[in-house]
Amino acid sequence: MSWFTNFLLSSIGQKLIMSLTGLFLIVFLAVHLTGNLQLLYNDNGEAFNTYAYFMTSNLFIKITSIGLYTGILLHAIQGILIWRRNVAARGTGYKVKKASDASFSSRNMGWLGVIIAIFLALHLYQFWAKMHFGTMEMINYHGYDYAVKDLYSVVDHIYSNPVYVIIYVISMIVVGLHLWHGFQSAFQSLGLNHKKYTPLIKGLGMIYTIVVTLGFAIIPIYMYLN
Amino acid sequence: MKLTLKIWRQTNANDKGSFETYNLDNISTDMSFLEMLDVLNEQLVTEKKFPVSFEHDCREGICGACSMVINGQPHGPMKGTTTCQLHMRSFNDGDTIVIEPFRSRAFPVIRDLVVDRSAFDRIIQAGGYISVNTGQAQDGNAIPIEKDTALAAFDSATCIGCGACVAACPNASAMLFTSAKVSHLAKLPQGEVESTKRVLGMVNQMDQEGFGKCSNTGACEAECPKEISIENIALMNREYLKASISSDKMG
Ligand code: HEM
Ligand code: SF4
Ligand code: FES
Repeated sequence: MSWFTNFLLSSIGQKLIMSLTGLFLIVFLAVHLTGNLQLLYNDNGEAFNTYAYFMTSNLFIKITSIGLYTGILLHAIQGILIWRRNVAARGTGYKVKKASDASFSSRNMGWLGVIIAIFLALHLYQFWAKMHFGTMEMINYHGYDYAVKDLYSVVDHIYSNPVYVIIYVISMIVVGLHLWHGFQSAFQSLGLNHKKYTPLIKGLGMIYTIVVTLGFAIIPIYMYLN
Repeated sequence: MKLTLKIWRQTNANDKGSFETYNLDNISTDMSFLEMLDVLNEQLVTEKKFPVSFEHDCREGICGACSMVINGQPHGPMKGTTTCQLHMRSFNDGDTIVIEPFRSRAFPVIRDLVVDRSAFDRIIQAGGYISVNTGQAQDGNAIPIEKDTALAAFDSATCIGCGACVAACPNASAMLFTSAKVSHLAKLPQGEVESTKRVLGMVNQMDQEGFGKCSNTGACEAECPKEISIENIALMNREYLKASISSDKMG
């Protein structure tokens, strides 16, 4: 085996991949949220739909999104492999467990991840697949010389169904729990643990997690109520 | 005090094993936990039953032998202590105490509470040597080392190789132990010379032994009797990354 594959297959190399893909997903979530907040405008979807058009037509974004798909797959597959190995490493379990040594999130990253993956499948089917392969109404907004797909109405329609709103909000709580541990953990995996900066990273992680979870969850609730 | 003990009994590595319940009376709060087990074993011997096997040696918290999980905590409820330093005053009259062996596929049970921790020895061996002169002890000040550095290295070096970190980790990972061993040498000029080879060898061996992978849960440092910090794990992650990139070994 070459030194490089050796490194990538070592437990520390695997964690490095988890960490880097995780951080990439963290950046993605921030961008995604900023875009989605445009759903809150009462402008008949103009801001959101033209933004969605830009995100599916810009070459740079297209290339980045290939990186994103690869990153999610790598993160999910690697995560499940690590999880399976970790369960096997214990062997016979304990009769009595004192759980509080480790946070709920940190003990359940695997389960939380799998729930996120299931949500992601639904989410991609509802919007991404429809945007890329489905048919949609076209709208020509005033001042644009091209028509754009009316994704806004699709979103609005789906979140008029309370079941989807509830699934969405629960999924965001799960993402929040995953990140509650994941954000700071990613830095530790990279070897970044420092008396001065680690408390800052942990604080930033909590703020990020709360803002992102709430930010996403508000959108379908708002759309449902409107 | 009166106690009910539920102890894991297993005659050998192949035996399935099960919990047995024992009742003890007249236990003094001044006894250490291991003395309490000694009393139990005397009782078992007079009843012509096999005593409970458990490991112990120094009984003062320096050898790391006294491995067992007490009510779900490796080395019991006291922070920063080993089982042999735990006293019965940490329990109440009438308590039920569940005692189990450390659980890890890499630490197979030999008998009752005794597990085979030689995986740790092989990790240490894989670390190799450090280049210091043998013979006469060197002058203590021959290599100047800053006080803070010496203290940090000493903190890492206090790891007694007990395995509680593996037992406490939800993933049965040996990262805290291995990182303590990597760090205490990496922090000192004497250990720096072979630091690349050392970290590659030790991590590689750790992976081969079948330990789990670190999820940064922090359960290890919470249960470590020597309160080794997970900062050591971050340091090892850095050392390993650096070593993998800079080492001129191709394979
Ligand atoms: C919104 C998407 C996601 C984000 C932002 C995210 C983020 C993260 C981060 C930052 C970490 C910490 C990495 C580290 O400790 O080094 C992590 C760990 C983990 N993720 Fe995700 N993740 C996401 C989705 C998923 C999915 C879909 C799965 C699996 C199906 C998953 C499974 C895991 C597992 C098992 C770990 C723990 C690995 C370990 O033991 O350290 N994640 N995630
Ligand atoms: S790091 Fe702590 S718990 Fe782990 S072997 Fe060393 S002393 Fe024991
Ligand atoms: S018997 Fe030596 S540390 Fe407990």
